[in-house]
Amino acid sequence: MAFERKDLLGIRDLRPDEIQTILDTAESLREINQRAIKKVPTLRGKTVVHLFYEPSTRTRTSFDIAAKRLSADTYSISTSTSSMVKGETFLDTIKNLEAMGPDVFVIRHSASGTPHRIAGRTSASVINAGDGMHEHPSQALLDMLTIRQKKGRLEGLNVLIVGDIAHSRVARSNIWGLTKMGAHVVLCAPPTLLPAEVDSLPVKVSHHLDAVIGAADVIMVLRLQKERQGQGLLPSLREYAVYYGVDAKKLERAKDDVLILHPGPMNRGVEISPEVADGPYSVILDQVANGVAVRMALLYLLVHREAPSAEG
Amino acid sequence: MILRSARILDPERGLDTVGDVVIRDGTLEAVGSPGLSPEEAEGLEVIDAGGKWVVPALVDMHVHLREPGEEYKETIETGTAAAVAGGYGALACMPNTRPVNDSAAVTEFIRRRAREQGHCRVYPVGAISKGLEGKELAEFGELREAGAVAVSDDGRPVMDSLLMRRAMEYAQAFDLVVISHAEDLQLARGGLMNEGAVSTRLGLRGIPAAAEAVMVARDLLLAELTGGALHIAHVSTEASVRLIREAKSRGVRVTCETAPHYFTLTDASLEGFDTVFKVNPPLRSRRDLEAVREGLADGTIDAVATDHAPHSVLEKDTEFEYAANGMIGLESALPLVLQLIRDGIGGPLEILAKVTCNPARILGIPMGSLRAGTPAHLTLIDPEEETVIDVDKFRSKARNCPFAGWRVKGRALLTIVDGVVRYSL
Repeated sequence: MAFERKDLLGIRDLRPDEIQTILDTAESLREINQRAIKKVPTLRGKTVVHLFYEPSTRTRTSFDIAAKRLSADTYSISTSTSSMVKGETFLDTIKNLEAMGPDVFVIRHSASGTPHRIAGRTSASVINAGDGMHEHPSQALLDMLTIRQKKGRLEGLNVLIVGDIAHSRVARSNIWGLTKMGAHVVLCAPPTLLPAEVDSLPVKVSHHLDAVIGAADVIMVLRLQKERQGQGLLPSLREYAVYYGVDAKKLERAKDDVLILHPGPMNRGVEISPEVADGPYSVILDQVANGVAVRMALLYLLVHREAPSAEG
Repeated sequence: MILRSARILDPERGLDTVGDVVIRDGTLEAVGSPGLSPEEAEGLEVIDAGGKWVVPALVDMHVHLREPGEEYKETIETGTAAAVAGGYGALACMPNTRPVNDSAAVTEFIRRRAREQGHCRVYPVGAISKGLEGKELAEFGELREAGAVAVSDDGRPVMDSLLMRRAMEYAQAFDLVVISHAEDLQLARGGLMNEGAVSTRLGLRGIPAAAEAVMVARDLLLAELTGGALHIAHVSTEASVRLIREAKSRGVRVTCETAPHYFTLTDASLEGFDTVFKVNPPLRSRRDLEAVREGLADGTIDAVATDHAPHSVLEKDTEFEYAANGMIGLESALPLVLQLIRDGIGGPLEILAKVTCNPARILGIPMGSLRAGTPAHLTLIDPEEETVIDVDKFRSKARNCPFAGWRVKGRALLTIVDGVVRYSL
């Protein structure tokens, strides 16, 4: 099936069949990661530029491994400052990068919408590797792939997302993706960590974890940034952990086959207790492994603009 | 000059008639006369204005001219050139220049530059506080004597309620209206757009409507306390309209303005992260837009101003988060104002009043009317002509117009200020 897009900017604008194609492609590419020689020539001669304006270890490494396993040449540009702060205009940055003739830009930026703004200015493909509080599409795709592997389906599942929804691009991408694929999404957070007009999203909302944990097939625990306390959104991390931290005691109410996901990096003892993070329900390391497969699929589909044929 | 067979609209007098307008030696000699005899008309240029409207030259009470200090964005020369091309004959310029217009010296500079290089009348607005810092009052008396017509810290609110009270008290000694930029900075903190469903989808930090309305409420109470004249700038929310309507019904000395973008655009425009739509106050919800239009219809909102805020690509062509707030409006406002008439918000006289006599009255300036025997300030409008807004043809130095490419109806054909043709299509 053809994959028509130049860019992957978010999950919100994807159709369910496109998500299906990405997940199926990732599934078929996963096998490469089990081989003794983990490399195929698919993207030989293609150039992937990783443009990370925000610190990231996991996502950048995952994209870099994905590109290298497909034999692409990769370059990384990391900076903690924006083009503006450096005194270079945004336009100059794009023009300079464009002149390098890349096939794909993988962009992480602290300002929402920046991958969109770059995508409109370049003929190269742009993959959003996380922008501000907006979207983190590859994370949602790897989450969906992980859930689908463990549960055999997405449709009809109850997925509970717990934590700092307001500031989370992971939550936004997952809300769009999971609901498009037929799952039911429940958000659980204190009101100060929910976004404005949360009713406008296709979700149910609760402020009480104990009330909603029992129905969940999947619990997605979000990272709580420690700054939130200083911003007056929480009285203390301690109280947050008491009411919203996922620990063994709260899990007593959960289903026997519940899955625990976390996009990392974790604050153990705040949003998730160590015994839950490392316990039998946790699929956190599967998520990381699936991340490479999903990112290989995205690079493949955007460069070739079609799903792989039967040779796998 | 004779403008023959025009529809003459003078909102100040409620005049709506068809006739001739005669300008001789820069003065309006006759307005709506049955016509001059051939001998009387001899030597005068005759313009057939059949089907066209003659209105008082428009008054924009809220403009950023950027000079002194940011001449790369706009100058008094280019800003006033844009004004007359948009049908404006007078504008009030906000004090957030560099240096800030908080002194007679800066006010005098602006007036002198406007006399030497300007294409229309320029009325400076002085600062409420020295340096717009919100700490100490600027010298209102000297500002007034130098030619300032109002005071405002526009671009910033006066967060200190006591300072705002003192401003409204002290301004009365010099008959100055205090223009409030109503925004609670704590509630708005870090916000990039209107808070609501769209900001949630886009992951952009929101500015709640209450950040504006809270300060509108405060300033209305201070106006009541002090008896000072208060004008609320760029009203954008339903709650602000409601609060002002209620205050007016109790006789509080308050007037207010909105801008074309608040009655034409909503925050849905932000989808796509185009920084041309980034403005403060931010584009609001559909519900706020409807409330603003109701406020225009029932007279709660007295004036339409552009809040013309020129920026260069340096400020706008960047990440959304770092882009400057503001949009230009002088060359796109008129057709959007005329659209209000077609939309049934008000008749031609009621709507035109909001860009002529009402802002002139609020500022106390001798503009916004078509009385025989006064200096001729008028605009000839074709209310029906369809055009596409082409920013590349703008006289303004800036291009940050959110209506670029829009197909609109109505344009200025001729703008006369102080009896001189300042713009002719």
